Amino acid sequence: MPENVVFYAFAALAIGASALVIGQRNPMYSVLLLIASFGALSGLYIQLDAPFVAVAQIIIYAGAIMVLFLFVVMLLNAPREDAAEYDRSHPLAHPGIGRFGALLATLLIVQLVWALTKVAELKTPVGSRSDASSVGSVVEMGRVLFTRHTFAFEATSVLILVAMVGAVVLARREGTEQ
Amino acid sequence: MIPLSHYLIVSAVLFSIGTAGVFLRRNLITILLSIEIMLNAVNLSFVAFGRFAGDVDGQIITFFVMTVAAAEAAVGLALVIALFRHRESLNPDAFSSLKW
Repeated sequence: MPENVVFYAFAALAIGASALVIGQRNPMYSVLLLIASFGALSGLYIQLDAPFVAVAQIIIYAGAIMVLFLFVVMLLNAPREDAAEYDRSHPLAHPGIGRFGALLATLLIVQLVWALTKVAELKTPVGSRSDASSVGSVVEMGRVLFTRHTFAFEATSVLILVAMVGAVVLARREGTEQ
Repeated sequence: MIPLSHYLIVSAVLFSIGTAGVFLRRNLITILLSIEIMLNAVNLSFVAFGRFAGDVDGQIITFFVMTVAAAEAAVGLALVIALFRHRESLNPDAFSSLKW
């Protein structure tokens, strides 16, 4: 079954790269590994008949957002996690808070496993337009986006404007207004 | 076709990795990267649910999540730059005072 092999390869790559992202001490390696994880996720999107999302994942996430992260990592020039003076004061190192955190983590895992056991074992899509040519069609997606979701689309443009102004205001150096 | 539950398991594992990263790492940039992992895990379940429900709404909400993630990354990284300029550190424990 070639599609099974492709799925497990992409899933393993996405999970492995993401696990390495939080295991790295150097943020530069973390960003590069996250790009690999996003590439694997885009392969999963292609298997789900979502070519637009797959391409947007590569262009927007792996391209734009991760380049922004890389740029900031290089700009700040602080590759190492300065753990020496702060690591002892990690809040999870205190026994009481650590126990509470372990309890919450166990609770999250139990909830996720419980939810996953409740999933109906769907092997084929259900619904009226379940064929791949309809769900994967970019034309259909654009039509729905600009008819049923027009307000959300317009609100998104305001959000991006606010984020742009906010980023400029926050990153501006103080005292150089004139 | 791959069953729906397989995609949801991958999504749950990725979300747990992202959550662990937010709580365990002491670096602002790695914490932001962990948030991106969590957003992508949710995107994967949206697309999988949309595919198995025979609807394009899953892909459309993924499109909006990507836009919000871009805005979040821009504002978050601007905050990181402003904080680093004040304290010369990326450790969140260094930013314990409200005003300096």
